Amino acid sequence: MNLTIGLPHFLVVAAVLFALGLVCVLSRRNAIGLLMGVELILNSANINLIAFSRFIENGISGQVFALFVIVLAAAEAAIAMAIVLAIYRSFKNIDVALTVNLKE
Amino acid sequence: MTLSLSRSLDFVSTITFPDLVFFFLAVLILGCGFVVVYSKNIVHSGFSLLGTFAGTAGLYGLLSAHFVAAAQVLVYVGGVLIVILFAIMLTRGIQEAKASNPSTGLIPASIAGLVVASMLIVIAVSFPWKTKALTEAASTVPQIGHALLDTYLIPFEILSVLLLAALVGAVMLVRKEIKSDSEETEA
Repeated sequence: MNLTIGLPHFLVVAAVLFALGLVCVLSRRNAIGLLMGVELILNSANINLIAFSRFIENGISGQVFALFVIVLAAAEAAIAMAIVLAIYRSFKNIDVALTVNLKE
Repeated sequence: MTLSLSRSLDFVSTITFPDLVFFFLAVLILGCGFVVVYSKNIVHSGFSLLGTFAGTAGLYGLLSAHFVAAAQVLVYVGGVLIVILFAIMLTRGIQEAKASNPSTGLIPASIAGLVVASMLIVIAVSFPWKTKALTEAASTVPQIGHALLDTYLIPFEILSVLLLAALVGAVMLVRKEIKSDSEETEA
């Protein structure tokens, strides 16, 4: 594995992915679309963690933290989907701009 | 196309095969990311997420984080993506047909994203990172196993409790409405 590209390449990919996730979170009105943006952001953070752990530390702590992030993302996705389904059941809609009442 | 590619390969002899893999993965990740953000159809967004997750797993493999790459495929592609697709299918009734994934203020949001991306890229490119010379990467899987049960034992255990809490919480959230329905029928 003779990789001639360096750390900045990976950081640039992660930065663009983060910006895409940010745009998604800012502009989407569908709750599931919002969640996809959050997943993009978490993935970009993971790329950063692993790239730093490979190029600067050359160890494994970054990988362990990336694993923790993956587990948290899975838990977050499960909870968020349950919330989305609960919202859909009471509002018959998952447009975040329309679900403004906390109580029926 | 292939001819020009091979010619440029001859000229740029410093580009190695892993580099080409990196550029392919970067295009895959960012291209699918664009579709996720800008697609009008949420089903397309959901399926494009597959390309982003799989490409990210490839990047982890390229950085010799094989265990994380495997976890990414198992958890993201096999778990999170399926959950997202299930939620799309279960909630699509109201928003079928036309634009099922509405966005508001896409242009201001895109400008904000562009500003953030350019800032981050400038930092990433211009900062003098103290990188170490890349050593031949051995498999890090045994090290990760030892670290998880040694240095990171407490976070690891807390994480398992968190997963249990998330499991119970998700079931609670989805069950709640059914319970109130049965109460209504009793009353």
